[in-house]
Amino acid sequence: MDDFYFYIMTIIATSVAIFLIRLLHVLYLTGKSRRLKSPQPLSTLIVLGSGGHTAEMMNLLSVLQMDRFTPRFYIAAATDNMSLQKARVFEDSLLHKKVIKGSSAQFMQIYRSREVGQSYVTSVCTTLLATTHALWLMVKIRPQVVLCNGPGTCIPLCVIAFLFKVIGIRWSSIFYVESIARVKRLSLSGLLLYKLCIADQFFVQWPQLQRKYPRAHYVGCLM
Amino acid sequence: MVVKLSGGVHFGHNRIIDNEKFEMGDTRDSVSLKRIVFVTVGTTCFDALVKAVDTLEVKQELTRRGYTHLLIQMGRGTYVPTKSLGEDGLMAVDYFTFSSSIADHLRSASLVISHAGSGSIFETLRHGKPLIVVVNEDLMDNHQSELAEELAARKHLYCAHPQSLHQVIAGMDLESLLPYQPGDATPVAKLINRFLGFPDD
Repeated sequence: MDDFYFYIMTIIATSVAIFLIRLLHVLYLTGKSRRLKSPQPLSTLIVLGSGGHTAEMMNLLSVLQMDRFTPRFYIAAATDNMSLQKARVFEDSLLHKKVIKGSSAQFMQIYRSREVGQSYVTSVCTTLLATTHALWLMVKIRPQVVLCNGPGTCIPLCVIAFLFKVIGIRWSSIFYVESIARVKRLSLSGLLLYKLCIADQFFVQWPQLQRKYPRAHYVGCLM
Repeated sequence: MVVKLSGGVHFGHNRIIDNEKFEMGDTRDSVSLKRIVFVTVGTTCFDALVKAVDTLEVKQELTRRGYTHLLIQMGRGTYVPTKSLGEDGLMAVDYFTFSSSIADHLRSASLVISHAGSGSIFETLRHGKPLIVVVNEDLMDNHQSELAEELAARKHLYCAHPQSLHQVIAGMDLESLLPYQPGDATPVAKLINRFLGFPDD
């Protein structure tokens, strides 16, 4: 019987050790450019959000070469009905201008963990639901690039993308642009992604923030 | 006489404005007499701002500075301002909740008073209109004031609170405001491309 426990404990300890080594390896690689010999189009997840986030993201998308970021998956909160509409208009304009050939975009909604003003008790249930939903969407998308700029919905998505790297399901590069509205302090989303070293590249739009968070890249205003 | 502006604003929702001010001269003259203050709260509920612009002291101050019309986009707010045709020697006041032609309203405005949302701020600055941003103090996580204060420090706009709005209007010098140069996302795009190994071009 003692042998049995010994084996079980050994297996658990080995698994934990392997996971930790893999985690450290991924953390070491995070932020390091993986230059491809012949760059191919990358499937891209784009997280949108009301309150200015979508407008800033559209400004960024309009200067990125869309043939490199294909196919594109847009995700916005289920309660936000404007953002995906704006993304659709943007994709239609790409088709019109013949920047892209066929449509290669998908639009998805995600449950939010917590609505503004929701009580903390019900928040536990809705957070579980939202995380499961995020996992389901991410298993379907398995993006190679994640672009986000601050709405709370980007946190579960980025964490899952990072875990996919650790487990080896999919390697992805995570880019985070802090919103222009953040001048002196990072948003909660930004702070988490910065501190946990989840974002490969972290951009800020004001020099004050770059001084405070030296790993961030200062890129000037996007708006 | 229906006063219609070239910018597409239908002031008073096409109601006939029978104010003496508008009866002299032709339409073009009356248009040039119009100096509209456009107040916008975006999709938020910001009753404190609507109440503030509806106070006598703010309206008096705006009238004193030569503005003739006050158009309020009140969003989801519940406070309803008092409509006025301006016979009392003060400004004509009108309001609506939402509109798909905010850009038209911005274009025809001589002064914009806005909530601190980045969308409204940058859209107004892009139109090159003088702007007073009023910070909503009732918001829980008030990061909004950061942007307004930074842009005010850089002299692109004036920043106020609902209680201090009339003082800001009284003391503002619109000549001293600097035009805002629209930002550029290409530095981010360049870094992303480089990181992923795509060539610069």
